[in-house]
Amino acid sequence: MQEPQLLSEEKVFKDPVHRYVHVREKLIWDLINAREFQRLRRIRQLGTSYLTFHGGEHSRFNHSLGVYEIMRRILETFEGRVQLSREEKLLCLCAALLHDVGHGPFSHTFEKVFRFDHEEWTRKILTGDTEINRILRSVGEHFPQKVAEVVGKTYENKLIVSLISSQIDADRMDYLLRDAYYTGVNYGNFDIERILRVMRPHEDGVVFKFSGMHAVEDYIMSRYQMYWQVYFHPVTRSAEVILCKIFQRARQLYDSGYIFEQEPRHYLPFFRGEITLADYLMLDENVAFYYMGQWRMEKDPILSDLCARFMDRNLFQYVEYNPRDFINLEEIKKLFLEAGIDPAYYVEVDSTSDLPYDFYRPGEEQERIPIMLRMSSGELIELSRKSEIVQAISGKRRFDHKLYFPYDKLMSLPEDAAGLIRERLGVMEDA
Amino acid sequence: MLKAHAKIMRLVEVAGEVTGRKKLHKMVYIAKKLQVDFDERFEFHMYGPYSEELTLRVDELCSLGMLDETKESKGAIELYRYKLNEDGREFLQYHNVDIGYGDRLISRMNQENSRFLELVSTVLYFEHLPYEQMKSKVFTLKSMQKYTEEEIQKALAFMDELRDMIKQ
Repeated sequence: MQEPQLLSEEKVFKDPVHRYVHVREKLIWDLINAREFQRLRRIRQLGTSYLTFHGGEHSRFNHSLGVYEIMRRILETFEGRVQLSREEKLLCLCAALLHDVGHGPFSHTFEKVFRFDHEEWTRKILTGDTEINRILRSVGEHFPQKVAEVVGKTYENKLIVSLISSQIDADRMDYLLRDAYYTGVNYGNFDIERILRVMRPHEDGVVFKFSGMHAVEDYIMSRYQMYWQVYFHPVTRSAEVILCKIFQRARQLYDSGYIFEQEPRHYLPFFRGEITLADYLMLDENVAFYYMGQWRMEKDPILSDLCARFMDRNLFQYVEYNPRDFINLEEIKKLFLEAGIDPAYYVEVDSTSDLPYDFYRPGEEQERIPIMLRMSSGELIELSRKSEIVQAISGKRRFDHKLYFPYDKLMSLPEDAAGLIRERLGVMEDA
Repeated sequence: MLKAHAKIMRLVEVAGEVTGRKKLHKMVYIAKKLQVDFDERFEFHMYGPYSEELTLRVDELCSLGMLDETKESKGAIELYRYKLNEDGREFLQYHNVDIGYGDRLISRMNQENSRFLELVSTVLYFEHLPYEQMKSKVFTLKSMQKYTEEEIQKALAFMDELRDMIKQ
């Protein structure tokens, strides 16, 4: 390993969540300035949530700096408590900073339609022909691969992996606080100062001093609230449904030989399923919005309508849906089709689910590592055994299914057709 | 339109019964790596490739009463078995699910045990690495399972067998 340089003086970024993000290592400074990292400024952290919470316009760049800052502070807490080499500390900082570098525009939707995984692109950006790779290699030939392994959770030192990825890690702590701040909701807040103060390294992971249990409880509850109040908000999901339909329609048109008014150059590799790293890095939300602006002027009425809906926030309406009611759903789709509205693009069931916290069940092949509290005697006890609040939501899955449809199109149908569909959907005329 | 759910149900239907959550995850992961059209995203966890989405979808199907889950104790281990029930079969009839050659792969994989499929999926997860590095990853990350090089060879041969089945 080559000895990485320190900057001549510490650089700081003003940050609304952590007040300041401190950078002392030249390596980190160079990574922040790398082209692939700057691209994250053009990708929103919360995808379509800004259409529900107008403040939620922050980027993955902000979040990545935040995760780095939390990691930097964790390492300060760990000083003298665990033996980490200079290279291992840099590994933690780089993995924290770069963990999301492979995200694309509207990742969740985009990955679903074009069938890929952003984590694979993260690995390629870290180990492929990129500025980030060249900067990481200045530490050592194998350093980029090690960073990729930490991000991919396959690095041999489990303590380091757990700092980036576990039920309470630097990534989650930053996104909960940041997303709550920018969306303006109150329930995402918890006392991160306290959590960082009571966090201790322990063998293959971290544990929390029992005296800090209430701060950890707050974190778990804020996670629970944020998922259902912000991340799974039905309006946000409506925008995601439309976005998904836009990509599906554009791809279907391309596959059928449709001639676009303007060739969608940036999307062609995705339509063809032959995506290079350079193609991938060219795509960001600015590009996605540019094409939506172009496509709303296309002659294809479906693509044009869907893009106009997304840009003008004329989203789909929704009703609760019971997946056992699938025969009714088939009828609804049939009625839409008969009314001249293609259900493939205008009727969609969206399902979402979450498990806020999972505890340890002896003998089961479970995958989530539970949060452990360290008692003053040194004994380790799993969180839900001490916290009644956490126990109440532990291991509890929650599901939500909604059926989305364009209410305005429904209202423009002749009354008899609209009435039949409304009846099936269970919606009133003035819904 | 709940197609992702339907594909999982199709897998269970083809298998008849899947014994163990881990086994189910590994079967979906391996099939997906062989281009069978499953939707779930995977990450590397304690027992190898694992999908939180798959866990939640299976729980959802069980809570909806379309998949039967039974739990049995095998010594210190709790084992889950999954079977499609009548409601699930009816649901599948309404969802046109075709996973192509996935049917053949699933039937074959279901004959193997979860320990072996855990190894196969781990080998697949690291297939982009040179053989020695992949082997080192298996031995390091799966030290508890005490896999041997002979078993890794068997896993590679099994993958070749599955790939041959695709061509048939």
